[in-house]
Amino acid sequence: MTAVALAVALGFAAGVLSGMFGVGGGILFVPTLALVLGLAQLEAQATSLAAMIPVVAVGAWRQSRYGNVRWSAALFVGLASGIGVGGGAVLAAALSEDVLRKLFAALLIVIAVRLAWSARRGA
Amino acid sequence: MWTFVAIGLAAGFFSALFGVGGGVIVVPLLVLLARFESREATGTSLAVIGLTALFGVAAFGVLGEVEWDDAVVVGLPATAGTLAGTWLQQRVSSRLLILLFAAVLLAVAVRLFVE
Repeated sequence: MTAVALAVALGFAAGVLSGMFGVGGGILFVPTLALVLGLAQLEAQATSLAAMIPVVAVGAWRQSRYGNVRWSAALFVGLASGIGVGGGAVLAAALSEDVLRKLFAALLIVIAVRLAWSARRGA
Repeated sequence: MWTFVAIGLAAGFFSALFGVGGGVIVVPLLVLLARFESREATGTSLAVIGLTALFGVAAFGVLGEVEWDDAVVVGLPATAGTLAGTWLQQRVSSRLLILLFAAVLLAVAVRLFVE
């Protein structure tokens, strides 16, 4: 129960940060699902994708009201992404849990450095 | 149009491999390759991620890897959180928060490496 309460709090925090900085919820969903709720790395990554659907739906709806969504481009990129997803999913399922977790940790470091760099420049 | 297709292929692959939306890839590529203005790139990427995540859930759902209860536990509060975050974005100074966020990500990365 306490793990669920912590996961709810971290989910909320992931949403706040994603709304503030435009970094998707996934980079916080995956560690929350893996470290707090105890999912395996591949399960956590798959579940993260399901969790972000309502988040980005709301985000896209709000941004479209500001005229910031180019729908035809989004459609082309989004539909083509389906083919990429197939390849990525096959690779993710073929890699060991340990390699997958370390790849994800490396991605976190890259994003952290990019965020810190943008703050340093005062962006 | 082929630029958009190429961006989509890269974003989908990245998204499925890491379990993230792919905005980290889509936003800079829309700016660099398709000459989008940055706010348009961010807004458009949200719509893209919606589709990418749907494809990802379909693919991993077939493999039996999606835990729906846990998706609801983090996804619903995050949906409320993103509304709060968009509101806060206009009102608080973000530099300290960004640095704090970056520090949290580094700590999580270390934790994942030793797990």
